[in-house]
Amino acid sequence: MSIGLEIGLAHYLVVAAMLFTIGVFGIFVNRKNVIIIMMSIELILLAVNINFVAFSAHMGDISGQVFAMFILTVAAAEAAIGLAILVVYFRNRGNIAVEDINMMKG
Amino acid sequence: MSVEMLPGLAFYILSATAVGMAFMVIASRNPVHSVVFLIGTFFASAGLFVLLGAEFLALLLIMVYVGAVAVLFMFVVMMLDVDFVEMKQGFLQYLPIGGVVACILLAEMILLGAASLVNPGAGVKFAEDGTSNIEAIGNVLYTEYAFFFEAVGLILLLAMVGAIVLTLRKRDGVKTQNISEQIARTREGGVELVDIKPGEGIGS
Repeated sequence: MSIGLEIGLAHYLVVAAMLFTIGVFGIFVNRKNVIIIMMSIELILLAVNINFVAFSAHMGDISGQVFAMFILTVAAAEAAIGLAILVVYFRNRGNIAVEDINMMKG
Repeated sequence: MSVEMLPGLAFYILSATAVGMAFMVIASRNPVHSVVFLIGTFFASAGLFVLLGAEFLALLLIMVYVGAVAVLFMFVVMMLDVDFVEMKQGFLQYLPIGGVVACILLAEMILLGAASLVNPGAGVKFAEDGTSNIEAIGNVLYTEYAFFFEAVGLILLLAMVGAIVLTLRKRDGVKTQNISEQIARTREGGVELVDIKPGEGIGS
């Protein structure tokens, strides 16, 4: 019964790949809702973090976890700026429909 | 059931929770539910981090994502008065192409992972030598990665200033302190000398 319960690096990589794919899928299917798109980006960054930590544990090297921490910081900054832009956009336009954001298209 | 099975069992439960909740993030109709599912995903991922022996990062994940980012999302979702049911309309329209892209991506990544794994049977090391996880991170974070650490601090400062500058607006009809006006006040503008006749006062 111990078959399949030995957890190795590959298991974590598959989970991360699934999370990444769900994130990309979410960007595709939620084309109208910016908030869900930003959550999808957070999911993608989380998948990258899982990869970093899994490799860090696998190699016995702590720097992967340090870099995961930096990614966490950048993700937090990205969320803050993105939501601030969203709030300003909503204040100006009254909606947050993605297809209306084409003023800079020329 | 033996004790050796517990990490594997925990891994499968946590990863199933993470993936299922991540799917619900993009599939649920109500963005508030999406945020709640996002929080669940982060909690499950934090559990995976603990399994990997990265306790500090697991707690950091909960603090930063659940405590800050998810609350920020929730705040914006609640604050913006948007008809979200109407926004969900195009869901089925983009489903086929999104599904195709997702399947290709997943197949690519699994193939790549399976092909490049030199030593598939190698288990993940759960315990390092004597030092704890946070100690090991601290040892390199403030020495080897000190400049990166400061750069990350600058990024956070930039994000904070950017968010404030973006959302700050001047509103009319609000009584606020005008500091330059206060400082620019002179004695001539503020004080008036009046000659008072005896017995009359200044009341008019």
